[in-house]
Amino acid sequence: MRLLNRSAGRLSRHRRGPIAGLLVLVCGLLLTGGMYAAFAPAQADSNQSQEELVKEGRELFLVGCAFCHGQNGEGVLTQGGSQYGPALTDVGSAAVDFQVGTGRMPMAQPGAQAPRKEVVYTKDEIAALSAYVGSLGTGPQIPDAELYSTDGMSQKDVDELVSRGGQIFLANCTACHNFEGSGGAMPRGGFAPKIRGVDSKHIYEAMLTGPQSMDTFSDGNIPPEDKKAVIAYLNELNDAPSYSGFTLGSLGPVSEGIIAWVGGLGILVGFAVWIAAHTTRSSKKKDEAAA
Amino acid sequence: MSVDVSKVATTNGSTPATTKGAQRAGAIANWADERLGLGSAMKKNIRKVFPDHWSFMLGEIALWSFVVLLLTGVFLTLWFDPSMTEIQYNGSYDPLRGVHMSSAMASTLDISFDVRGGLLMRQMHHWAAMIFIASMMIHMLRVYLTGAFRKPREVNWIIGCLLLLLGTIEGFTGYSLPDDLLSGTGVRAADGFMKATPVVGTYMSFFLFGGEFPGDAIIPRFYAMHILLIPGLLLALIAAHMLLLVYHKHTQWPGPGRTEQNVVGYPMLPVYAAKAGGFFFIVFGVTALMGGLFSINNVWKLGPYDPSKVTAGSQPDWYMGWPDGLLRIIPPWETHLWGITISWNVMLPILVMPPLMLMILMALPFIESWLTGDKREHHLLQRPRNAPTRTAIMVALMTFYGLSWAAGGNDIIAIKLHLSINQITYFMRGAVFIGPVIAFIITRRWCISLQRHDEGKLLHGFESGVLVRSPEGGYAEKHLPLPEGQAYTLTARDDDPVPETPEQIEASGATGRDLRARKLRARLATLFFADNVQKPTAEEIHEAQHHAEHELHELESQIAAGPNRHGPADH
Repeated sequence: MRLLNRSAGRLSRHRRGPIAGLLVLVCGLLLTGGMYAAFAPAQADSNQSQEELVKEGRELFLVGCAFCHGQNGEGVLTQGGSQYGPALTDVGSAAVDFQVGTGRMPMAQPGAQAPRKEVVYTKDEIAALSAYVGSLGTGPQIPDAELYSTDGMSQKDVDELVSRGGQIFLANCTACHNFEGSGGAMPRGGFAPKIRGVDSKHIYEAMLTGPQSMDTFSDGNIPPEDKKAVIAYLNELNDAPSYSGFTLGSLGPVSEGIIAWVGGLGILVGFAVWIAAHTTRSSKKKDEAAA
Repeated sequence: MSVDVSKVATTNGSTPATTKGAQRAGAIANWADERLGLGSAMKKNIRKVFPDHWSFMLGEIALWSFVVLLLTGVFLTLWFDPSMTEIQYNGSYDPLRGVHMSSAMASTLDISFDVRGGLLMRQMHHWAAMIFIASMMIHMLRVYLTGAFRKPREVNWIIGCLLLLLGTIEGFTGYSLPDDLLSGTGVRAADGFMKATPVVGTYMSFFLFGGEFPGDAIIPRFYAMHILLIPGLLLALIAAHMLLLVYHKHTQWPGPGRTEQNVVGYPMLPVYAAKAGGFFFIVFGVTALMGGLFSINNVWKLGPYDPSKVTAGSQPDWYMGWPDGLLRIIPPWETHLWGITISWNVMLPILVMPPLMLMILMALPFIESWLTGDKREHHLLQRPRNAPTRTAIMVALMTFYGLSWAAGGNDIIAIKLHLSINQITYFMRGAVFIGPVIAFIITRRWCISLQRHDEGKLLHGFESGVLVRSPEGGYAEKHLPLPEGQAYTLTARDDDPVPETPEQIEASGATGRDLRARKLRARLATLFFADNVQKPTAEEIHEAQHHAEHELHELESQIAAGPNRHGPADH
């Protein structure tokens, strides 16, 4: 204790010394710098890797995308004035994550609409491409999982969300995507794809970016909480058992009509043939007696 | 064969023969007979003979699916609440809990989720309805294509057409009752169709809906129609249809022993009672299996009707599909006159075409009998090939129907076959006109070719499968004469009537309108029967038989001569 007091006293004697202020300043700077060094490297590293990611994305972009979208994502016009590929300067990383993450891009061939197909790029490559295209301008970012996931919510809240989401879904989505998300036709060979069994993130991104013929449902139009509700409803449709038997593609009365004619009537006509072919059966004994 | 004499009375006494011993069934039957006169009423009918052919049972599918409809329908009425009162759903289906909907929709959900066996009954009812109308249609095709609509059965043909119409309306009202999204969209469409009627359209709509659409009257009104009015009419017409069937007796295919005066087949009891009764259980079973295995109209996924909502794949049930298809492909034709819009694009496909098709259907027997001048009774059927123009007319109508029907599913075709819905529409616009013409020509020539094939079989025999090598090394297949029964069946048809020639008409002294009508009739009849193959004459057949005997004899001697040895060869 004495020692402490003594040394404190000794230090204290210099507290008004000429270099004391300077010393405190140096110590302060060292401490802040040290603290910064101790806690911030992650941030500094990720900045660096974000840059690297964009660079890596650009490499990939030049190989896989630039032919149609232009070397700087500015889009390429045909001689006729239509587009090979639209400009990607303000589509945002969410659009890339959706298009490439569902296999729609790169397109296998030009056509009315890019269909969903096998994904070509790895997860990391998609992240790099998204980062690069996201860096070209503004546009929606890839949504965080908490925006679309119901993890950690109570069952009661989820039920409420599902019930609300169903009504939002029926009001905004079914006109094109069908009442069970089985898809529907759009003009000139376009189509609203089947949206059952699609990743929640991709559904969220689709609403956010409005790919192909789809409208953009901005956060002003359908707030994030409602988007989450729609996704919860779709997941409920996926997970719920089929209460009524085989759903025949959930396409509505057309597939039902086909089953009624081919299945129902077909089988019944088959039975009619069978009944008519089997006429009264006399016993074998009697036949032999008659013969 | 010995004669069973055990039941023959053994004496000539004055007491009437009675059943031996105290047989309970006999005693009950006797009791009923003495009081109700059942014996004499049933004596004729339980022995009523029906001919055996699978195509005669198609109407039975319709009858039995109607019975299934009545049974399942009664079940559904016990729980269905035909009211448009808005309530909050609080049943078992979680995703709709708390949603506002009509009592009709809520009770449909209750039937589906909270009533034991309710979903099965709902689905059976719906499947049976689809099968009911489909089987009426194929039954009608059978009747037309075999000429069973001819005198004396024209009235029954018309009753059948009315049954088809009533079945369709019954189906539509049933489709509308649950008040789900599809129902409401359908009712809204029907409202639009009514309003497309010039002058009275709006009045009709306001009358039906009790005010502006949707109001709160339409479902109770449809309910009364669906469970009372139309089923009553259907039952009455079905009864009339079957009474006439019994009165006229069933038609039969020609064959040895079958004439216009008799019916060859098996009696009602025990054979047809068992067959038809058994068929009821089969129809019931198939419908139950479909109701249990295949989902139909999942109202809980569609949600309650709300005019602000619609779904892709909004189609009517199949029997309304063809006018819907025409509606989908018709160009947007409208006329604006003095501030009034006449919507040809709705009127033509919905208000004109279906009634027109029904009229054509009902008129077919009368047009044909006028044209052919055939006023005789017909109880023997014709094979479709033996009336090529008639068959071709129906196939042309079927083609028109089928193409319009397919157009009603244009969106589903587009997404499933990866086609452009626009291209499908353009194609269908042409196809509904060109398709029936092509189908008519092909069918007609096809029938005539089949007639020629029959003639060939009659005159030159059937292909025996025996190949004979001639001394020159050529191979030929020997034809053998048809068995007599088959030859009889093929020739058991009338020659087509010969239309009047213009000279005959002039000579008859007809004048004015009558003259023109008869000339038109003669011209149409000539076209109707043109190129038909008439059955060979008796002389032709005798000659052919003689030739065949000779050939057979030669073939036998060739076979007897053995392989690689030439028999008598004269050609």
